[in-house]
Amino acid sequence: MTKRQKRMAAVLLLLAGLSVAAVLGFTAFSKNMMYFQTPSDIAGGKLPEGARIRLGGLVEKGSVQRGEGLVVNFSVADCDANLPVRYEGILPDLFREGQGVVAMGHMDGKTFVADEVLAKHDENYMPPELAEKLTTPDGKHSCAQFKSMGGST
Amino acid sequence: MSSWTWFHRLASPPSFYRLADRLAPWLGWLALALLGYGWINGLFFAPEDYQQKDAYRIIYVHVPAAALSLSLYVGMAVAGFVALVWRMKLAESALIAIAPVGASFTALALVTGMLWGKPMWGAYWVWDARLTSELVLLFLYLGVIGLWQAFEDPRAAARACALLAVVGVINVPIVKYSVDWWNSLHQGSTILKMGKPSITAAMAYPLFASVIGSYLFAGYVVLRRLQNELLSREAGTAWVRELMGRSRV
Repeated sequence: MTKRQKRMAAVLLLLAGLSVAAVLGFTAFSKNMMYFQTPSDIAGGKLPEGARIRLGGLVEKGSVQRGEGLVVNFSVADCDANLPVRYEGILPDLFREGQGVVAMGHMDGKTFVADEVLAKHDENYMPPELAEKLTTPDGKHSCAQFKSMGGST
Repeated sequence: MSSWTWFHRLASPPSFYRLADRLAPWLGWLALALLGYGWINGLFFAPEDYQQKDAYRIIYVHVPAAALSLSLYVGMAVAGFVALVWRMKLAESALIAIAPVGASFTALALVTGMLWGKPMWGAYWVWDARLTSELVLLFLYLGVIGLWQAFEDPRAAARACALLAVVGVINVPIVKYSVDWWNSLHQGSTILKMGKPSITAAMAYPLFASVIGSYLFAGYVVLRRLQNELLSREAGTAWVRELMGRSRV
């Protein structure tokens, strides 16, 4: 091998090693890389009582109920499960039924009590005229963006 | 080795300088035309979004900037690889010509994203996989720039920068696929995805124009910076003295 070939081998080997390390590392910590958990994760989960987590999913159609003051009750769903959420505070502009949200909070009995709600926008852009034609009855078309961690292992 | 003569000729600073001099104006004017079309149409004439209203128009700056932040990094890493293996001066100069341009586009992508995030998500910043890895990308660029400044000898500096650039390329697929591999607040890809288009044509054409226009603009800036870099590195050589003498007449 010439010197140049040796250098090339060394750089390629370094890159290959780092890639393997990155893949192993991110696979091992993939749970921690998730920005939020889904209702399915929580339904099948072993959540410690009172643990602070983020819950992500679609706001179910027809589930939003305004309470006293700024209290809002709604239900968050992914493709398989749903979970009732209670929140007191100001909601982001994009919050609406059928849209994605990420809520920070904890489980209180069977209800998720949120202290922060962020809107999660999907990747679709269209003018209002087109959106009216496309509206699907239950918003299920966009539930795929909420990935369950699978098997809650 | 005769088939490689074009390559060696291209890699020599004087002939590359001349090539860049001829190429750069084309890139610049084309970029101006495409960005003019893309931005005027995107910001004023494209229909407003059914949910985000006018706020979505940030994509005409944000998407090109974010795409370039990744593409320029790949370009910088390739230059770094060539510099490490072949010790080619042109590649060393290219690496440092690209770094500040890439850092600027990364910062632009982060800032425009934050300005959009506050009204749309409800937060300027969240530590999800996409935003965090893009911030790491900015730090990688800044690391390359900082390393470059830390060395006296440009060849030693180039070697250190090249190594950092090549190692950091691991981060590029992480930024790109973070929204597919993990749950993130950032939405998935709109243009580069399989299946039905997720953006109306009237919004998409200005977007494509502003993406291509931004690439050409980045190409223009990198070529000009590279020319500058070659001049200062080769100062005192015959071709630079000849060039300077001629341009002064």
